[in-house]
Amino acid sequence: MKRIALLGMPNTGKSTLFNRLTGGAARVGNWPGITVELLTGKILLGGDMAEIIDLPGIYDIHGFSEDEQVVRHFLHDNVPDLAIVVLNATQIERQLSLLIQLKQLNLNMVVLLNMADEAKKFGITIDGEKMSKLLGMPIHLISAKYGQGQPEAMHAIAKALRYPTPGMAEALRTQLEQDAHIEQEMARVLSGAVQVPARLSDTRTDKLDSVMLHPWLGLPIFFGIMYLLFQGIFFFGQPLQGGVADLLGWLRETVLDPACAGLPTWMSGLLLDGIYNGVATVAAFVPIIILFFLFMAIVEDTGYLSRAAFLMDALMAKMGLDGRSFVMLLMGFGCNVPALMGTRVMRSRSLRMLSMLVIPFSLCSARLQVFVFITAALFSPNAAPLVLFSLYLFSFAAAIITALLFKKQFANTEPFVLELPPYRFPTGRQMLLRGWHEVTHFLRRASQFIIAGVVLVWLLTNLPSSATPASADTLAGMIGTWLHPLFAPIGIDEQLTIALIFGFVAKEIVIGSLAVIYGMSGDALSGALGQQLDWVQAYSFMLFTLIYTPCLSTIATLRNESKNNGFTALALVWSLSLAWLVSFLFYQAARALGY
Amino acid sequence: MRGTITDIHTDDALRQRLQALGFRSGKDIEIIRKASFGGPVQVRIGTTDILLRQTEAALIEVRAA
Repeated sequence: MKRIALLGMPNTGKSTLFNRLTGGAARVGNWPGITVELLTGKILLGGDMAEIIDLPGIYDIHGFSEDEQVVRHFLHDNVPDLAIVVLNATQIERQLSLLIQLKQLNLNMVVLLNMADEAKKFGITIDGEKMSKLLGMPIHLISAKYGQGQPEAMHAIAKALRYPTPGMAEALRTQLEQDAHIEQEMARVLSGAVQVPARLSDTRTDKLDSVMLHPWLGLPIFFGIMYLLFQGIFFFGQPLQGGVADLLGWLRETVLDPACAGLPTWMSGLLLDGIYNGVATVAAFVPIIILFFLFMAIVEDTGYLSRAAFLMDALMAKMGLDGRSFVMLLMGFGCNVPALMGTRVMRSRSLRMLSMLVIPFSLCSARLQVFVFITAALFSPNAAPLVLFSLYLFSFAAAIITALLFKKQFANTEPFVLELPPYRFPTGRQMLLRGWHEVTHFLRRASQFIIAGVVLVWLLTNLPSSATPASADTLAGMIGTWLHPLFAPIGIDEQLTIALIFGFVAKEIVIGSLAVIYGMSGDALSGALGQQLDWVQAYSFMLFTLIYTPCLSTIATLRNESKNNGFTALALVWSLSLAWLVSFLFYQAARALGY
Repeated sequence: MRGTITDIHTDDALRQRLQALGFRSGKDIEIIRKASFGGPVQVRIGTTDILLRQTEAALIEVRAA
């Protein structure tokens, strides 16, 4: 099968184009460096199937950041039959340098000038045909976001794919540092084919930024936006979650209970009280998760993340981090795993390691589910959103404390240089794709961890069969009793201890296993929790859940990205110790104050 | 504030990155704003806006217009 590689600078819309061509769901966002993995898809081109690879964006084919090395090695080891070079038409003046570098590699190439819609709006005129002649390769203006120019581009790609690839130039390394040649070549092409207005500015972006990046108002606006976002998720999401939970409960009563009536007691127990209750309790959170990621998608796509990096860099520098680390912390609110991988754009290993040490403290969407459930069960409707917000503050605090404590060990002098893209707005199609992506991601996790987890919890709380389910005589009871000396000082009882042990695998299992342990789901489970726990215990439990290791996937990612077992062990032990210490301080202080 | 870049006094790795972002001798550059607490500056070269820390910005020699 022929192989096509997508190449270009960061944030030029390669992934958007990839999604459009393959119908795939590569993560897109208005942030340079959002793609860190190689994604492949298959498309039908001129009657043949071809494989298309979405590569991370690179500024420079001779660059030294990890993603640039990934791309260089990829091209070296898998010479593609065709390279589609995607350039941002609005920045053609400087992006041409990468194109000319790539041209020297003697690859079979088609050039797509993306964001043609934006360039037109900015008053930039590009004569595609003339440029094509000057460079001696096919060039097409397109908009990957809206699909303009796509049919013509596809035609050109299919045609170019028929030619044999000239092969990789062996003298690749010696071509380094040919800036003089590149500049001459750029000037020749630009003066012939491109007209840029003398003074160019996106007035809409400039006006918005004069408020959003205001010296005094910028930070308060940032925190205001975050606060409203989380309030919104709770306000819209919590009733939605309750509704789905009721629906799933009703389904059990009217359909599943009668259907399983003929089965042996242990089997219907395992199926209904174990698997169904556990999975249904977790599944009820799917609407909240979709809602959350839609909000996140808007924040990412608008380009506000780079603004957040601008606003927070000075503070992050005091902790040995930079603005990009802060953006990764924000991305970690969705899921810690892609945030950890996003640190690949950093070149200093120390900065990367320190960022990776703090990212797991980001309150991810899986932990959000636990907190929404418990705050709704134990706090009044007015207090619950505030309690939730306080946990976000603790999440930041844990990251800050960790960075301050470890910044000496991971000292770095990495320069902070970042592109600031204009504000853009996601299309409905992009939002739908993102929502769908999160649903499938959830289902994958559900099938991998959650079912296995809740079955194990059910077995532990029901074996040996002579014991009363969930009593101290069961296996779970024994484990809980054995660990009691460790968890009693932080107010966590035997049953919650079991939930925490399984939460080590994935946080979604925490509420799933609570449903199994208490043998209830939905409102009944909330009621039971409200009777069993007081708010001090519940808050201590949430603090522990927030700070200790997020999940097995995060640990695996930490190991893969750092390639260092010692570092992975440090991240594990430190988060467990900090979790215990914070919960201990909170619980004992609250009790001492008479709560 | 506007001016023209006359020289870039950084190490090679950073120079390469800056060149890819459009920093070259002879290019016009404009300072758009500075973040509070001594944070980064936002500059504009051609059609690209770039954030960089003041320590890095200090390495770029500019002749005021």
